[in-house]
Amino acid sequence: MKNVIGREIPEYINGVGKIDMFVGAWQKLKKGWMDEVTIPPPNKAKLPHQSKICQTLEEAIIKTSPKSGMTVSFHHHLRNGDNILVNSIEILAKMGIKNITLAASSLNEVHNPILKYLKDGTITKIWSSGIRGEIGKAISEGVLDIPVTIHSHGGRVRAIHTGKINLDLAIIAASAADNEGNATGCKGKSAFGSMGYASIDTRYAKQVIVVTDNMVDYPCIPISITQNFVDYVVKIDSIGDASKIATGSTRITKSPIDLRIAKLAANVIEHSGSFKNGFSFQVGAGGASLAVAKYIREKMKTSEIKGSFILGGVTSYGVDMLNEGLFNTIFDVQSFDAAVCSSLIDNSHHIEIPAALYANPFNCGCMTNKLDIVVLGALEIDTNFNVNVITGSDGTIRGASGGHSDTASGATLTVVVCPSFRGRIPIVKTSIHTVVTPGESIDVLVTERGICVNPLKPELEEKLIKAGLNIRKIEDLQIEVESIVGKVQEIEFTDKIVGLIEYRDGTIIDVIRQVKHHG
Amino acid sequence: MLYIPGNNPAMLQQGGIYGADSLLLDLEDAVALNQKDAARILVRNMIKSIDYYNAEICVRVNHIDTPFGLEDLEEIVPLQPDAIRFPKTESVEELTNLIKIIESIEDKHGLPHNKMTLHLMIETALGVQNVFDIAKFSKRVDAITIGGQDLTADMNIKSTKDGSGIDFARKMIVMAAKANKIDVIDTVFVDVNDEEGLRLETEYAKQIGFTGKAVINPRQIDIIHEIYMPTDPEIRKAYRIIKEFKKNKKLGIGVFAIDGKMIDAPIVTRATHVLELAQIDLDTI
Repeated sequence: MKNVIGREIPEYINGVGKIDMFVGAWQKLKKGWMDEVTIPPPNKAKLPHQSKICQTLEEAIIKTSPKSGMTVSFHHHLRNGDNILVNSIEILAKMGIKNITLAASSLNEVHNPILKYLKDGTITKIWSSGIRGEIGKAISEGVLDIPVTIHSHGGRVRAIHTGKINLDLAIIAASAADNEGNATGCKGKSAFGSMGYASIDTRYAKQVIVVTDNMVDYPCIPISITQNFVDYVVKIDSIGDASKIATGSTRITKSPIDLRIAKLAANVIEHSGSFKNGFSFQVGAGGASLAVAKYIREKMKTSEIKGSFILGGVTSYGVDMLNEGLFNTIFDVQSFDAAVCSSLIDNSHHIEIPAALYANPFNCGCMTNKLDIVVLGALEIDTNFNVNVITGSDGTIRGASGGHSDTASGATLTVVVCPSFRGRIPIVKTSIHTVVTPGESIDVLVTERGICVNPLKPELEEKLIKAGLNIRKIEDLQIEVESIVGKVQEIEFTDKIVGLIEYRDGTIIDVIRQVKHHG
Repeated sequence: MLYIPGNNPAMLQQGGIYGADSLLLDLEDAVALNQKDAARILVRNMIKSIDYYNAEICVRVNHIDTPFGLEDLEEIVPLQPDAIRFPKTESVEELTNLIKIIESIEDKHGLPHNKMTLHLMIETALGVQNVFDIAKFSKRVDAITIGGQDLTADMNIKSTKDGSGIDFARKMIVMAAKANKIDVIDTVFVDVNDEEGLRLETEYAKQIGFTGKAVINPRQIDIIHEIYMPTDPEIRKAYRIIKEFKKNKKLGIGVFAIDGKMIDAPIVTRATHVLELAQIDLDTI
C-alpha cells in the first residue's frame, strides 16, 4: 500500500512482520506519549571490590557469555578510524556465534571487513543510522535475507527504549577509562570528543564492555560513561587510527559551487525571521553546510547578533564561534576533531549530551525541538521536498540518516543545501529513490541555480522575495536541471526489500528494494 | 567579468550561477594550442544551449595574426554574443582590419553591425601608447581592458603584487576610456587564495577609475562586488542628494547645500551613478 507521502510499502514483510506506516512528521507526537511500551533497563550486581579488568577483548567477550541470536552494539564516534567493531565481530565469529543482530549507531567504510560475516550467517540483521562502503552495496544487492533497518539518531534511542533493539552486549570504545569503567572520549591519543551516541547503549545493554587504549588512574575525568553501567574493562594497544578519527571536516570548502550555495543559504537564513538574538543553530560538517557557518559567523558579527546554542555534530569551527562569544553554549552529541576535545574539557559552556537528549522524540523535549535553524545536505530531493540521504544515484545504500529527520522535524527553519545536479546526475528530481526526511519538515532548498521555498511556508517565501532573493518554483528548477543533464535512465529494482527506513517515531516512511543485476 | 577556459565543459556549464556581471568564454590564452578546435566547438555549442541567466556573454578570440583567429571569428560572430574580446590590440590599422572581417561575416549571415560590441585588450607597450586612438576608433568598441600578464612580459619586467610596473599603463588606459566614455576593466589578480591582496588591488583599481575587474575564479567575484557596490550610507546620501536636487530644480535652483556642503552638477552625476549601481529607479525618488 502507499503511505501518506505516496511511497509503496508492503503491509507485511517477511522477517519483520506487520509494517507500521508513516502517518506524518508530527502525528504520533500529538498524543503526548508513545503507544509502545518502554522496556526496563537490566538489573545487575557486582560484589564490592570485584575487578572488572580483562586482559584481552576476547576474554571480556567470553565473560559476557555470547550466544547465537544475540544483539551487539557499537558507537561510531571513531568514524573511519574504528578498530573495535571489526575486531569484536571477528572474535564472535571465531567463537562460532551466528545470527547476530548488529546494532551499530553507524557503519562506515572502515567496517568493510565484516562483509564476509554477512555472507556466512554470522550477522543476519542490522540496525543502523547509516551504512557506507561495501556493506551498503552488498545489502543493496540482497546479501541479507532480513531487511536492514535505517533509523535516525533520535529514533535509535526510541527503538532501544521500546526493546525493538534489545541489546545483549554493548562494546564501547573510549579514549580514556579507569578500572571501574568510568570513561571519556576527550582524553588520550585516540581522543574523539563526545560519547553522545554510546550513552543509551550502556544503560540498556545486558552486558557492557568498555575498551580503551588509555587506562588512567581512578577516577577517569571527565566522566561520560559511568561505572554503574559497565561490566568489564579492557586495555588494548589501539582503539583506532587517530588520523581517521579526526576527519578534518572542519576545513571550509574551496569549491566555488559549494561556496555559492552556502552564501545563498546564509542570505536565506538572514532574511528568514529566525536570524535574531538568541537563535539556536546546527550545521553539518564539510561541504556547503559548514561553509554556511562561515557566512553566518560574518553576518552575526556585522549585525551584532548573539546566538543561544549550537547543537549537534560539533566542529572546531563551532568552537571558535563559541569562543568569540557569538553563541552562549554548545550541546555536543558528536564531535569532529581534537580541538573540540579540549573545549569539552575546559569550557563549561561546551556540554556533552546523550542522543536521547539530542533527538529522541518520545520524552519531554529533546534539544532538536529547541532548534531555530538547521542546515542539512541531500543526496536527492523531490519536487515535494522529500529528501534522500541514504541511497545513491545507483540505488545502493551509501549514506546516513543520522540526525537529518530529527533536526528537520524540530527546527523552525530547515534549510537543505545541495547542488541541483552533480556531474551528470540530477539531485532535484520528480521522484527520488528513497525518502528519509519528509518534505513537510523541509522549509527551503538552496541550490546554485536558485532557492525554492516549500509551498507550505508562504510567509517565509514572501519574506525572502521581499529581501530580493532569487526564489523559484522547485518544479521549474527540476525542469531546468533535466534540460541540462537529460532524462535519467531509471535504476531497476526487484521486489525484494533489503532495507526499511524507519522514521524517528518508529513508523516506516520508505523501503529500499534490491538493485536488479543485468547479465 | 569571470574568465572561463573555453575547453572546460563543467566550468562553461556552471558559468552563469556565480553572479558575475559578465562571462568571458576564452578561446585564447587559457586554451592549449592542441585544444583550440575543441574549445571553439564547445564554446559555440554552449552559447547556443546554456542559460547564463543575466550575465553578459563575451568571447575572447585568438589574435587575427594567429592560425586560429579567423576561424574563431567565423564560428563565433554568427552567434552574436554580447561582445567579442580581441587580444593584444596595438593599432588602429589592426582594428580596421578586424572590424572589416567581423562585418563581412555579419553581412554573410545577414546580421546587423550594431548589436555585438568589441572589447579590446591592451597588452603591449605599443598598445598602451596608441590606446586613446584605439578607444575612440569605432562606436562598436564599448570597453577596453588591460592585460597585466602579457604587458609585463612585453615590457620585460616582473609582475609584482603592488603592480608598480604597469601603474602608468593602467592610468593611461583608464584615461583613454574616460575620454571616450566607454568602460574600462582591470586585469586579473592571479593569486586566488590571497583575498586581502585582491581586495587591495580592486580598491586601487576602483580609485583610479576602472569600472570593473576581471576574475579567474568564482571565489573572487563577491569581493569585487563588495568593493564596487555602494555602501548603505553612500546610497542614503545619494538618495538625499537626488531628492534635494529634484526639489531645487523645480524652483529653478542649480546649486544648493546639504548640511552646509555645496551640491552642484558633478556631485549630482556621482549620486546618480551610485543609485544606478544600487539599482534604484531615479523616477521613484
